[in-house]
Amino acid sequence: MNWAGLYTVLSGVNRHSTAIGRIWLSVIFIFRIMVLVVAAESVWGDEKSAFTCNTQQPGCNSVCYDHFFPISHIRLWALQLILVTTPALLVAMHVAYQQHQEKKLLVLTGHGDPKHMEEVKKHKMRISGSLWWTYVCSVVFRLLFEAVFMYIFYMLYPGYQMVRLVKCEAYPCPNTVDCFISRPTEKTIFTVFMLVTSSICIILNMAELVYLVIRACARRGQHNSNPPSGKGSFYGHKLSSEYKQNEINQLLTEQDGSLKDMLRRNPGLQEKGDRCSAC
Amino acid sequence: MDWGALHTVLGGVNKHSTSIGKIWLTVLFIFRIMILVVAAEKVWGDEQDDFICNTLQPGCKNVCYDHFFPISHIRLWALQLIFVSTPALLVAMHVAYRRHEKKRQFRKGDQKCEYKDIEEIRKQRFHIEGSLWWTYTSSIFFRLVFEAVFMYAFYFMYDGFRMPRLMKCSAWPCPNTVDCFVSRPTEKTVFTIFMIAVSSICILLNVAELCYLLAKFFLRRSKKAGHQKHHPNHENKEETKQNEMNELISDSCQNTVIGFTS
Repeated sequence: MNWAGLYTVLSGVNRHSTAIGRIWLSVIFIFRIMVLVVAAESVWGDEKSAFTCNTQQPGCNSVCYDHFFPISHIRLWALQLILVTTPALLVAMHVAYQQHQEKKLLVLTGHGDPKHMEEVKKHKMRISGSLWWTYVCSVVFRLLFEAVFMYIFYMLYPGYQMVRLVKCEAYPCPNTVDCFISRPTEKTIFTVFMLVTSSICIILNMAELVYLVIRACARRGQHNSNPPSGKGSFYGHKLSSEYKQNEINQLLTEQDGSLKDMLRRNPGLQEKGDRCSAC
Repeated sequence: MDWGALHTVLGGVNKHSTSIGKIWLTVLFIFRIMILVVAAEKVWGDEQDDFICNTLQPGCKNVCYDHFFPISHIRLWALQLIFVSTPALLVAMHVAYRRHEKKRQFRKGDQKCEYKDIEEIRKQRFHIEGSLWWTYTSSIFFRLVFEAVFMYAFYFMYDGFRMPRLMKCSAWPCPNTVDCFVSRPTEKTVFTIFMIAVSSICILLNVAELCYLLAKFFLRRSKKAGHQKHHPNHENKEETKQNEMNELISDSCQNTVIGFTS
């Protein structure tokens, strides 16, 4: 399992994301993960071997390195990227659950053949209802993780600049010893770059959150002006076959856009849909 | 996520590029990214370990290396290649958006849609016209800007493109002035010049593509203007549709290119 494996997993989620979500995913993979793998890792590659202290005291080098770099930038970024990308898996799990429900419904209504099952797998879920809440939670968690890691970075390495020289007094170093860091300027450039892309991702996440909230409010406004019919009849009929039929009807109306589209598209069904007259 | 994954992502864009765009993508992947990965990275692999200064003063080597190489050539090229290849994703996003719209039309059962199948929409290649033309032209423009900026940054940071054998360093804690020797300077100069040359070729290809798109745009506009001038009122809807089809057929004949495999 490596970054490529993560890419495979998350590409699947991409299909059910908003447009901003897809842009965010591209920024993460191209400007953060890819830059980390092809460039940043080689900059920090010799961070310990080229960390030189002006002393011949054995152990001083190791102790000073450990004192000034409790956790390397590279590892922190790797952790950040993993934690920031995984909330999308919540959405993937919810979509899989919804697809499972749809398949069950199709079997109940007698359309359990492989062709319909494939259709369920392929079509894009609308971000509404409980999926909307899951999606919003995932975006909130992403934001949270990004902010937490940026704060940790700032706490561990005050300011984002890498200095050339650090003065170390930890035992067993005699008195104060000058220690020199390797490639400080290059490290500063990459730290600033990763910081900027992290901020861009935070802005994209906030924009996505605002977009989702506005869309939900707009949809609610539309819904209130056209109230759905048929829900009231649910309590009226308790006979088993009518009860079952009503349950199916209700499930059908709840899963409106996606399932109805799908059933309409298939030939040989009772429901009629308009198809291209040119076809 | 590495260069291979970038290749996969950009291979998809290839289908909607012009022929010059496909050549540019091939040059990018074979003469720049591949050379970077299989050759240049090894040349620069020991750049700091073998950077030797004529002093025993601890820390002097680190400081001098940092002073003369604020960012390594390899990292600069990697960043340049990432930035130069990503504007193509704008085009990919626009194409995906158009496909999505067409699929929506198809699902609604729009009379105007001319596709038999959703699969056909997925496989269809879009002509570079209308808003897609603007997106494509912007992406080429951004590519040009990024190439130029990085070449300038290179020239500015390393005072020309030659790697000297010896550098004289007097940064603290080096005592007085110290001679520092760069590892493999000639090999590095050769690869630097090679990458600069290929970068210039890519810039030329981008400029040529831009000119080609502009020429096509003006040609199409003048054809349309001439057409409207000669037949202002006589056409009814069917004739318009037939003319459009003829135009598309003649355009696609001009645009037939050998596909570069991804």
